[in-house]
This record gives sequence, structure tokens and C-alpha cells, in this order.
Amino acid sequence: MNDSTRTAYLSPQTAQTRRGAGAPDLLDLDTKDQTFLDATELVLNMGPQHPSTHGVLRVILKLDGEKVLGTECVIGYLHRGVEKIAENRTYTMFNPYVDRMDYVAAVSNGLGYCEAVEKLFATEAPQRAQYIRVILTELCRIASHQVWLGTHALDIGALTPLFYCFRDREEILKIFEKYCGARLTTHAFRIGGCIYEAYDGFEQDCKNFCDAFLPKSDEYEELLTTNRIWVGRTKGIGILKPEDCIALGVTGPVLRASGVKWDLRKAQPYESYKAFDFEIPTGVNGDTYDRYLVRIQEMRQSVRIIRQAVDGLPSGPIVAKIPKVLKPPVGEVYHSIEAPKGELGYFIVSDGSTQPYRVRVRPPSFVNLQALDKMVRGMLVADVVAVIGTLDIVLGEVDR
Amino acid sequence: MLHAIKAYLSSNVTPGEAGDYLWATIYILLVVIGISLAVLAMNWLERKILAHMQIRLGPMRVGPHGLLQPVADAVKLLTKEDIIPDGADKLVFWSAPVVVTMTAFTTFLVVPFGRTHAVTDMNIGVLFMLGISSLGVLGIIMAGWSSNSHYPLLGSLRSSAQMVSYEIAMGFAIVSAVLMTSLQTGTGTLSMIGIVEAQNAQQTWFIFKYFPLGFLAFAIFAIAMVAETNRAPFDLPEAESELVAGFHTEYSGFRWSLFFLAEYGAMLAVSSIAVTLWLGGWLRPFPNWLSGALWDLAFSLVPALSFFVLAGLSLLGVVRMPKIPQFRAQTAGLLMFGLLLGFIGLTLLVPAVRVRVQDIFWFVAKVAFFMYLYIWYRGTFPRYRFDQLMKVGWKVLLPLGLGVVIVTAVVGVRQELWGVLAGVSR
Amino acid sequence: MVVDSAICYEVLRRMREDEQFDYCVDITAVHYPKREQPFDVVYILYSFHDNERVRVKTLITDGERLRSAVSIWPTANWLEREVFDMFGIEFDGHPDLKRILLPDGWKGHPLRKDYPILQQDKDWVQINLGIESGQ
Repeated sequence: MNDSTRTAYLSPQTAQTRRGAGAPDLLDLDTKDQTFLDATELVLNMGPQHPSTHGVLRVILKLDGEKVLGTECVIGYLHRGVEKIAENRTYTMFNPYVDRMDYVAAVSNGLGYCEAVEKLFATEAPQRAQYIRVILTELCRIASHQVWLGTHALDIGALTPLFYCFRDREEILKIFEKYCGARLTTHAFRIGGCIYEAYDGFEQDCKNFCDAFLPKSDEYEELLTTNRIWVGRTKGIGILKPEDCIALGVTGPVLRASGVKWDLRKAQPYESYKAFDFEIPTGVNGDTYDRYLVRIQEMRQSVRIIRQAVDGLPSGPIVAKIPKVLKPPVGEVYHSIEAPKGELGYFIVSDGSTQPYRVRVRPPSFVNLQALDKMVRGMLVADVVAVIGTLDIVLGEVDR
Repeated sequence: MLHAIKAYLSSNVTPGEAGDYLWATIYILLVVIGISLAVLAMNWLERKILAHMQIRLGPMRVGPHGLLQPVADAVKLLTKEDIIPDGADKLVFWSAPVVVTMTAFTTFLVVPFGRTHAVTDMNIGVLFMLGISSLGVLGIIMAGWSSNSHYPLLGSLRSSAQMVSYEIAMGFAIVSAVLMTSLQTGTGTLSMIGIVEAQNAQQTWFIFKYFPLGFLAFAIFAIAMVAETNRAPFDLPEAESELVAGFHTEYSGFRWSLFFLAEYGAMLAVSSIAVTLWLGGWLRPFPNWLSGALWDLAFSLVPALSFFVLAGLSLLGVVRMPKIPQFRAQTAGLLMFGLLLGFIGLTLLVPAVRVRVQDIFWFVAKVAFFMYLYIWYRGTFPRYRFDQLMKVGWKVLLPLGLGVVIVTAVVGVRQELWGVLAGVSR
Repeated sequence: MVVDSAICYEVLRRMREDEQFDYCVDITAVHYPKREQPFDVVYILYSFHDNERVRVKTLITDGERLRSAVSIWPTANWLEREVFDMFGIEFDGHPDLKRILLPDGWKGHPLRKDYPILQQDKDWVQINLGIESGQ
């Protein structure tokens, strides 16, 4: 590859500065010489039960008056030992468990897992199954972003977008229910393809949803984007520079809002994303406002993808030819997809038996949450809540 | 006795002015009951209107369309366990809600619902209201301090800082309105009734006076009053401040309901100030442009008509109720409510009642508009962060208020200047 | 790519600086109890520049400590904490190596193959939750 394509996924300033930045400069470890319980500072505990930390997350803040000097996240309240469970289940039996990790966007978890196992078998799902998978995954992306938007606006104080967003999410969940019977933990895909054929009226439902959704997303933008209180609460808050993003391993809309134009759907296309034409929205400053704009744009791009997929839905089988009793060859595979929250990866080690030897889930929220410390240094307490919201954390994924 | 009653009914001054103790007491009672009823109605209205803005229904079960919800809430609060924190200073803890509620209610001594419909008319009416509502800040600090807990203290300090800052902007806006009262007569007045009479005499509501000066003063006051009463979008001390509920965290049951009463009472009080100073108080719309006996009659029928419209809506709701046995009680209740509204409308048609009561109706209608604005703001805006809030109060509203006062004063002295300025700007 | 544990850190550092693998995707481990070097520590790295992903594996014995990759990629902070939590592999030079997902007083490292899953940590449950067992 020549130089221009090599740096295609980096914004110009990142490509220039990346050479010079060394890792020790990127993370301030300046609080190391102070003890965490310095007498003149206040240690505030945002406990596990709190209306604004989406799930059971405990954040210990070290404050100087109103300014945050440092944070420490205590997680693990929702740890269910999913990876250990995987070692005692067969590959198909483990499929429902992956939905429960990022329970807000269950469909994409299932997609990643099924694709990873298919990679072990070195097969691919047939075309029709891929298209159906893409449609459902993009619907799931919109649903996840709607939850994010509603709860983020609620944290900042705008009470109404929550209800509007959940109304849209209702439509999507109705489609899921008609398709696979479940709204939240869908278990929509099977290894090798989809198990359920697209029901009669599936394409029509998706088209209706897309047509209804686009004006509504304009409505949400109108309500918030130019609202000076919203801008005042989100601009300049929680800035994360692109070098920090890459160093901290942050992916997803957070990375894109910092200016790095990188999306796994374009960089390492999986499923049939190569066939679709869509853009990757990026931001400029890497603050909360940019993340908001990026996610709104992502929803619109998802609508674009869904429309293209629905129009081009091929006919054919929906499940590939794989043996009934799944015994993949010995080997390891790492496969990752662009989940709504970031890069969701599955590292599966197979020893040739029907049960996986090790399943490792690389959760995007887990790695993104590390960046919280860097983002809230110097901010006020009221901003911590906004920043946690903007990272789009789902504790089910963080803790597994 | 009957003579005393008759004497009042034919007087044209407020009972306080007339030195009439009986009617003054009656008015005080009416005001207290009225505020309580208004707070109850506000509770229901807020929940319903906010819900409808959020595409949901709000309370529907407790009475027909949730009409008995405030009653249920009141009963619940009265029967709740009274918890006092362990290390709390009992006297201060007990008296804080009392202070806040008392100040909220006392401001209504001078609020004029009509020319004769006020408890009394002090010649320092506006100043009195402003001063008494400042005393409410003391109650908030007492509440936060006596709770013996870290977070209520910080919440109360924040609340009080916010309220004090915005009182300054409110003061400037009020001064510019008071300046306008002196335009025709040469002497201004702080009396609430006097201000409305001045608007009547100058034949324009002060909001439209020297447009946009009056409107600017009104806007400053409208924003400052929302911050003064700790309502959205300025409700960080209440909402999740320091991650708890602010200064009234440790209060439960009846004590909390006193704070609630005080908050809504304060909202009503500052809305009353806004209505009196800028929106012409009890004056009906267009008293001069649409004058004459026929227009007077038409406008005096509006109160009755509005009650008939409400009754009609209730009866429409009755017709739309599900026709299953479980809903019989609710349907009957809504029917009775509709009939009650219709009956009130009928009473308002009686000429004697009509003439005396129409002022009250217009005043209440304007205050109700402000209450709707409060609810609308709550449903629409995100919250300001505390430092942004203070920035708006000190760096935006205060200079603006100062500017408005100075320009109003200059223009007032040289009224012909306004014609020049207005001509230039157009 | 499989490397020896002694030069693992050096290799990782070279990968970051020379080969521009600036994004540490994941750090994880696998336990093969029957091998002589039971633990497999796997580093998955990605390069934005080349759009390439690479897996660096190193085999270590029980109790052997690896040099922490936090100084190369700050991402490694929590990832290594989780490896420690689940497997008991310790990293030298990690700023804050303590349990991340499990409670602080937990005994045992669950993802090891010889972890007694039915017995779990009865002591912790009894002391902290006051119940007889978690079953």
C-alpha cells in the first residue's frame, strides 16, 4: 500500500503527531506522589446505586471544592463470569449468553460471536443471511444510540428526549419481536446464518421505520443541537485528544469524535458491508458535543445502510452448511465488529471439542471506561455525570 | 353584621385600606385557601402537562384523569413517618419549613386580584413582596444547616447563592417598571394597586411601553424569577446536586410538603409580581381599543365561557371513557366534575357576580399562563451547571438590567427622546 | 507470533515504536494446565497505519511475572488488571495491580482451569454476605 492509503484512517494532525508521542507523556500519573485521601480534598463516592451512572458503577472522585482532581472506577458489580461459563457450554449453547452482556444492543453481540465462530470454521454465512444480519444490526445500532441519547439528555437535565427516543426504540423492538420473538435479548442469529426467515412484511416494516425516523432525528437535533444550555453543558467537556484516544484504546463514536476517521465496518469489512455505501461521521474537538453529533449522524447513516440492504435483499438460503454438532478445528481466532459502543472483539480458542476452550470478550465499554479518568480531570462534579453518559457505558459489558 | 358585609360589597377600596377587620380576615382566609388550592391544581397540571409533552398520559387512575392525584399525594405526605436526622438541631429543623412557607404566604398580603380584591394595599407593596421573599432564603439555609448532613448543606448554600444573585436582576427589572409608573403623574408608586392603575391610566401594559424596553425588563424578570424559585432550567441544587436532593433531602412527610407548598407559593408570588408590573394585573385585554358597553359585556362573559369550555371538555371526557364496569366510578366522578365546572360557569353569568369577579379571573388567567411557562421550561430545557447559572445571573442579567433601568430613566425624563430613538432604529 | 517471555516486553515495545502498532486491542491469557508452561499470555495489537492486526503470544510458567505493558500502551492498565484478577499472572511495573472485577478480598483466580467452581470462595461469601454459601 502506498502512503496515502496507509494513513487513510487517520486525520492529518494525528498522522503527524503520532510519530513523536511517547507513551509516558500521554497519561498523567501526577497524583502518584499524593495519597488518595489527602486531608484538604474531598473524596466523594458516586455509589453503585445512582440514577446517573448507567448501571452499577462506582466512581470515587477526589475533589478540590468543585473541581475533580482524579477518579477511580470500581467495577465488577455485574460480573457474572460469562467467560468461565463459556468453557462449560457448547458453541450453540453459549450464543444466548452473549446477548446478555451489552443488553442494550444485544443483536450486535450475537453478530460478533457468530462471525467469530464462523471464522473458526472458515465459512461464511450466505448472502441473504448476511443482509438480514446487517439490517438487524443497524436497527440495533439505532436502538442503542436512542437509549444513549435519551439517558444522556436526562442526565444533563432535559427530561423530554428520553420519551421521544424510547418511542422510536419501541418501533425497533417491535420489529425484533416480530422477527425472533424477543425484544431485548434477541438471540437472533445462529452460527452459520440466521435461523429465522425474514417474516412477511419485514422489508416494509423496516422501510416504514426508516421513513418515520429521519424526520424525528431532525426533531431531536432541533431540540438539542442549537440549544445554548445544551451547548454550554457539552461543549468543551470531557475533551479527549486523538493521541490519547489511540493510546487508551478507545474505540467507537468516542474515537471518531476526536477526529480519527476509523470504523471497522470500513477498515476491515465483515458481513456484507462492502456492498453498502455509507459515510463515517467524525468530529473535530473530541468533546461531549462532538460525540453527540457523531452519534446522531451515525443513526442517519444506519438508516442509509438499512435502506440499501432492504432494497438489495437477495434470495437464497439463510444458513450455511455446517455440521449439526459443532466441532471446529483446533485453533484460535480473534474477530471484532463495530458494535454501537466501539470495537467488540471475540477471541476464541478451540481445542477441537464441542465446547470452546476459552472465549474472551473484548468489551468496548470496559476499555472506554478507562478513559474516564483522563476526561474528567479539571472538570466540575456536574460534568462527571455528563462524561459518563457520553462514553455510553453498559455495565453488563464492562463486567461481563 | 349584614350592614358590615353590605358596606364592603359596595366599597371601592381593599378591606385593609378601609380598616375593615372582618373582610380583611375573610380575605386572608380566602388567600390562604386559594393558594393551597392553586398549589394542588399546579401539582396535577404539572404532572399532566409535562406528561403530555413527553407523549405519555400522566396520572390517570387515581381519580378521573388523575384529578384526585394531588389529594392522594397530600394524604400520603400527611400520613408519612416523620423522620428527624440524628444530630439535627431540632428547633431549627422544625422551624425552617415554617419560615419558608410563612414568607411565601405573607407575600400574598399585597397581591391585588382586583381593585378591591386584595387583603390590603401598602404603599410599598412591591418592596414588601421582594423583601419578604428574600426572607425565604433564610429558611433554606436553616433547612440545609440543621439537617446535619454534608449534602443538604451544600445544596442549600447553592440554592441560596442562586436565589440571592437573581434577586438583584429582579430588583433592577422591578425598578424599571416602577419608573414607568411615574410617567404620567410625575410621582411613581411602589404600591401594587397603584402600578396597575398607572398602567390603566397610561392605557398600555408596561410590557409594551417603549417597546422593547418594557419587554426587555419583563424578559429579565421572567428569567430571574425562574432562577429565584429554583425551577428548571435552574434547578441544579434540587435535581442531582451533589448527587442528592438538595436542601430538603432530610425532610419527609408533612415537613416536605411545606417546602413543596412554599416553592409553588413562591412561584405564584413572583408570577403575580410579573403580572402586576408588566401584564396589567387585573385589567382585561384592550380596555381602550375595544371599549364601550358591548365590548365590556363581551369580555365580562369570558370567565363564564371559559368555565363552560372546561365543563364541555370534561363532558367530552365522560363520553370517551371506556364503557366497562370498572370505570363507572371514574365516569361518575368526571361527570360530577364537569357539572361542577358548568355550575361555576353559570354563577359567573349572574351580573352581580360577573362584575365583581371578572378582575379576579383575568388576574388568575395571566398567572396561570406563567405557571404554564414554568412547566414548559421544565419539559424543554436541560439544566444549567451551577457556575454557568451564576455566570448568567451576574454577567448577563445584571448588566442588562442596569442598562434597562438607565435607558428607561433617560427616556422617561425626555419622552420625546424615545420618538427620536425609535425613529432612528426603524 | 509466539515470543519468549524474557524478550516479550522488548518485542512489544519494538512493535509499537518501529512497526507502529499503536493500538493495543486486548490482553488476555489462556490456561493449559497440562503443559509445562501453562499460561499463554496473548497480546492483540492493531496498527491504524497498516490496518493490520497481530497476535503476540508468550508462554509463561505459574508464578512467573511479566513486565507490564502500561508504559507502552496506557490501555494495558485495566486489561492487565483483569488478567491478574482472572488468572493470577502478575505484571511488574503496573501502577495499581489489584483485582478489578471480583471483590478485593476474593481468594482464587476463576479463569484457571483448576479453579473449584462449585466451592467458589465460601469464606468471602460467609464473611461479607452473611450467608452460608453462594450456591
